[in-house]
Amino acid sequence: MAFAAFGSAPATEHKSPVKSGRIVLALLMPGLIYLGLFFFTPLFSLIITSLETPAASGAIGAYDYGFAWQNYVTVLQSYFPQILRSFYYATVATLIALLISYPLAYFIGVKLRRFPLFQRLMLTLVIAPFFISFLLRTIAWKQIFADEGWIMQFVYNMHWMPTSEHFLGSDFAVIFGLTYNFIPFMTLPLYTTLERFDIRFLEAGADLYASPAKVFRKITLPLSMPGIISGTLLVFIPIAGDYVNASRDFLGSSKTSMIGTMVESDFLQNWDYPSASALSVMLMAVIVVLVSLYVRSAGTEDLL
Amino acid sequence: MAVEFQAAGADLELIDVRKEFPGFTALEDMDLHIPAGEFFALLGPSGCGKTTTLRIVAGLEQQTTGQVLIGGKDISGTKPHERPVNTVFQSYALFPHMTILENVAFGLRQRKIEDPIKKATDALNLVELGHLAERRPQQLSGGQQQRVALARALVNRPALLLLDEPLGALDLKLRRQMQIELKAIQLEVGLTFLHVTHDQEEAMDMADTVAVMNKGRIEQMGAPEALYDRPKTAFVSKFLGQSNLFVGSVVDSNANTVSIEVGGHKISVPKDRAEKHTGKICIGVRPEKATFHRDQPKLGSDHVLVGPGEIIDIRFTGVSNQYLIEIPNVGELTVFAQNVGISPVVELGEKVWVSWKVEHSFGLSDLPDGTEDEE
Repeated sequence: MAFAAFGSAPATEHKSPVKSGRIVLALLMPGLIYLGLFFFTPLFSLIITSLETPAASGAIGAYDYGFAWQNYVTVLQSYFPQILRSFYYATVATLIALLISYPLAYFIGVKLRRFPLFQRLMLTLVIAPFFISFLLRTIAWKQIFADEGWIMQFVYNMHWMPTSEHFLGSDFAVIFGLTYNFIPFMTLPLYTTLERFDIRFLEAGADLYASPAKVFRKITLPLSMPGIISGTLLVFIPIAGDYVNASRDFLGSSKTSMIGTMVESDFLQNWDYPSASALSVMLMAVIVVLVSLYVRSAGTEDLL
Repeated sequence: MAVEFQAAGADLELIDVRKEFPGFTALEDMDLHIPAGEFFALLGPSGCGKTTTLRIVAGLEQQTTGQVLIGGKDISGTKPHERPVNTVFQSYALFPHMTILENVAFGLRQRKIEDPIKKATDALNLVELGHLAERRPQQLSGGQQQRVALARALVNRPALLLLDEPLGALDLKLRRQMQIELKAIQLEVGLTFLHVTHDQEEAMDMADTVAVMNKGRIEQMGAPEALYDRPKTAFVSKFLGQSNLFVGSVVDSNANTVSIEVGGHKISVPKDRAEKHTGKICIGVRPEKATFHRDQPKLGSDHVLVGPGEIIDIRFTGVSNQYLIEIPNVGELTVFAQNVGISPVVELGEKVWVSWKVEHSFGLSDLPDGTEDEE
């Protein structure tokens, strides 16, 4: 259901089911094997791990198979603030990314249509940050926003912020980093939708007495819903599970830890594999439910 | 400015409207007056400026200079959504995310007219599509979409309805049917229609007045019959129907007629049907007005006679045959003859004379392209 938002054309039915059935199966095989090996197997393993109990030997990091569903209750109790914070950050960062990306995508996809060269140049600029590892870029932002950096020095000198406070490690810094890192995933689907937008609808709307603001609300916005939905999903889902930006080594602090951060520390530092797994499974379940509700309420069926 | 609506159509006036695009002038100082309630057609080839004219009236394009008046009110500076006009677009531009009914009700809702759904339903019934109200535009055929576009514009009772080649995408049979329906609706609602088309038959069939446009100017304007009977320029004579044109210097002029000599033949035109009476002029005749003869006929001075020539092509078009006749020193002539018999009246290669009544000749104000420099 959630995946419908990413597709564009409805699947067409085949005429001769028997003969083409085998070909279809053959063509699907690599994909199915891939899904089986790299999605269902780890998922299954993850669920099993999430139900394990500490080993009877008492060795640290060793666990026995079991059915410890209490693991889920425990992580929910101990990590509730991080879970809430993750979805709060993801929502805010997604909204900011949408607000920045929409005008940009509209400009590239609609206004620059008559200048294909500039259009391609702008698109390249949108993707350009990907040429550098996002870890490096996030580290770079850490340098830029460091207390000794010229930006913070300027802010302190102007007395906009007391020197006892820092930008790094704050909610703002993490949301900034998340928005910055994922914005191309919003811009590109929006661009794809808006690039196909028929501007004659704008003329028809104006001809039918709608002011430019009304035309945007009644025509442009509903017709760009497929792009908005794919963009928000492509940004929201990875942000909800992100563990880099919020980490202390990058833009965050102990006060900004998200689900991803906790999974990482449980797995790699505490060797608490069942808790990390339970947290991962829970994150996935919540995202699937949220996304399904979102896609259903946005009513994309009409647009596909 | 609030949008005001008349019970009936309003008149449209263009005063010295000029439109320049980078590199070329789309409209050259156009003056035009369309009386209220008239069906007016702008006819011309693509790139002649007819669509630009329509877009300027709709407000989708801003004129470089000049004024646009609707019902005597200058609307030159207003935005499209402030103008009491509606357009039926060539592409229909129906909103794909709305039902047919919501498409038709869109304009009413924007103006907060009472009971938009009822009025939209009535408009859909007028174009006989009431049963498709809940469908989406993509589910309709081209002809149905065209009618929805018409209903969406008509339901607003605009002072002026603009039609931008709305029948262009339809096949011939559907087009003829829609032409009849469109004309019937115009008579019924009494609105002013401005119809832009490159289809001369469509323009002549539907419009009260036709203006033939060429290179950003109106070449000639008038009732379809008058335009066809007496085209005044070579362009109009060729664009509106077909014409045989003869260029020569005036050799004879009396009280009633002027005559030119072409390849040893005297071709005359009544003075009151000629724009120019001296010098090098062009005289034309419609192919269906000319007849051919197997033997040289004896005709008085009230006829023009050219020939002998040879039939070099015969084209069967159903109702009539088109004969192409090559006459030495004169050129090629087209003659239409009705297929009242069974086989063609003459065979390919036969020797014939062509004649027509002097009163059917018309004299043009200019010369056809390519003959200007010959002296």
